[in-house]
Amino acid sequence: MTRTKSLLKVPVVMVALALLYLGLIAGFSHNPYYMQILNMAAINTIMAVSLNLINGFTGQFSIGHAGFMGVGAYVAAVCSVFYKIPYLVALLCGALAAAVVGLVVGIPTLRLKGDYLAIATLGFAEIIRVIIVNIQKVGGPRGFLGIPPYTNLLWTYLFAVGTVVVISNFVNSSPGRACLAVREDEVAAESMGVNATKYKVIAFVMGAFFAGLGGGLLVHLLSIAHPTMFTFLKSVDFLIMIVVGGQGSITGSVTAASFITVISEALRKFEVWRMLAYSLVLIMIMLTRPQGLLGGKELTWEGIVNVPGRLRRFRLPKVGGGRVGTTGH
Amino acid sequence: MLEVKDLNVFYGGIHALKGITFSVREGQVVTLIGANGAGKSTTLRAISGLVKPRSGEITFMGQNLLQVPAHKIVSLGVSHVPEGRRIFANLTVLENLEMGAYTRKDKNLDEDLKRVFKRFPRLEERRRQVGGTLSGGEQQMLAIGRALMLKPKLLVMDEPSMGLAPLLVREIFSIIKEINEQGTTILLVEQNAHMALSIADYAYVLETGRIVTEGPAEELAKSESIRKAYLGH
Ligand SMILES: Nc1ncnc2c1ncn2[C@@H]1O[C@H](COP(=O)(O)OP(=O)(O)O)[C@@H](O)[C@H]1O
Ligand SMILES: [Mg+2]
Repeated sequence: MTRTKSLLKVPVVMVALALLYLGLIAGFSHNPYYMQILNMAAINTIMAVSLNLINGFTGQFSIGHAGFMGVGAYVAAVCSVFYKIPYLVALLCGALAAAVVGLVVGIPTLRLKGDYLAIATLGFAEIIRVIIVNIQKVGGPRGFLGIPPYTNLLWTYLFAVGTVVVISNFVNSSPGRACLAVREDEVAAESMGVNATKYKVIAFVMGAFFAGLGGGLLVHLLSIAHPTMFTFLKSVDFLIMIVVGGQGSITGSVTAASFITVISEALRKFEVWRMLAYSLVLIMIMLTRPQGLLGGKELTWEGIVNVPGRLRRFRLPKVGGGRVGTTGH
Repeated sequence: MLEVKDLNVFYGGIHALKGITFSVREGQVVTLIGANGAGKSTTLRAISGLVKPRSGEITFMGQNLLQVPAHKIVSLGVSHVPEGRRIFANLTVLENLEMGAYTRKDKNLDEDLKRVFKRFPRLEERRRQVGGTLSGGEQQMLAIGRALMLKPKLLVMDEPSMGLAPLLVREIFSIIKEINEQGTTILLVEQNAHMALSIADYAYVLETGRIVTEGPAEELAKSESIRKAYLGH
């Protein structure tokens, strides 16, 4: 069946990425700056893939992903610094806290059809930021210093792989199908007997969980948590990653997250221009490939091996097959 | 099998259903005919739990449907083929059909897929094609096939003839009749009164939220006033 086949594809892509990462590490391990970029790429992969579950696969519109990252970051940091809880347990606490907050935000807003989630997540992320700024115990506006630097490339990479494996398994499972159906047509899904609210909440809470995990990893990488790390602009970064990679494509998110991390590092010197460059790239993508680089498709071995063949076919006027986004009206 | 009593539905200030009462007997094809805006889709949405009526009763096989959320009504055996088909445009034909059986506990779908493909051979040829690329008639077949995957006791259909060429309409309606003859009760909503009356056992005429006439379909088809208003001759 196609389902088992597609389940096998994702690990294959991950192994490919692992080899790429290993190659880079071998090349760059003497340079902590490059190592940092690789770590960031893995953390951003976690963020993008988990946001894609909510926005790309379930068709909701969350614009406060950095807020969940912030919850996970501060809770994990508090666990490590004040309670001396072991690193992995602290990460888990952060992720669970973010999931609980996701549940609280999600249940009232996801029952409604429409854009309430966007407004709610935007407001929620801001509230989280204000709360953090006002808690002196975690440094308030000065930031939370002295977080033990437990995160290294082994952990970020393992968690990135874990996130991809869990989320791609979920998407291909029966509840994952229900999420896809909700994205495609919520009313039709309900008339098939899918409890749309339930699956929207499941996807949202899962997404929040992994965002919280990403936050915990991040602050244990940088040794510092700061309210400005989890602003709306950060959420926009993750949105851009999934839009560029293709909403509904896990391998697209992985690729775009890694790529954008590197690009934005390269553009760091031109910080003021970064947003402008982002906007230009987004406009270009919207004009030329509104479905994102990969659309809803996944990168696969066959796909990569077939690239020459596809390029050849591309020159012919007719391009057959593919998933086309027409609606049934 | 299905009893609807004094049903009132509002959309904000719009009184869309003004106390309608009708019933569907097991084994029959019952049709609700009426012009655009009469309240036909609203009636079906109320039965499927997609809109909440302000007052009235809906009972299906002795159970009060107003207490049951939309996604549970399906598992009671009521399948809805919605207006405008609403197939999943980015999922393949096969995935659409699998979604149709979503609530079924047993996941042994092969036999039911075979049954649906036997009724709609064109769907089998296109099983790997995504829904959005099918023609209008094929999409309607897919919508019906998807609803049949649940093995419903009552199949509720909203304007299956909408936007289809006359030849296809005839094909779809003969399929509906066949489905009924094999034991599924059908509640059919149509603007195309002529076709609906030709396959129905009993019919209700809906006008701006009220039932104005009812009777055996054959009789209504002959009635002078119905012919003038709905059949155009
Ligand atoms: N979502 C809605 N919001 C407001 N009014 C609606 C809505 N849906 C239908 N209506 C109104 O309710 C009445 C009945 O509509 P409907 O049930 O769709 O009629 P039909 O299916 O017979 O064409 C119409 O006057 C229509 O304008
Ligand atoms: Mg209608």
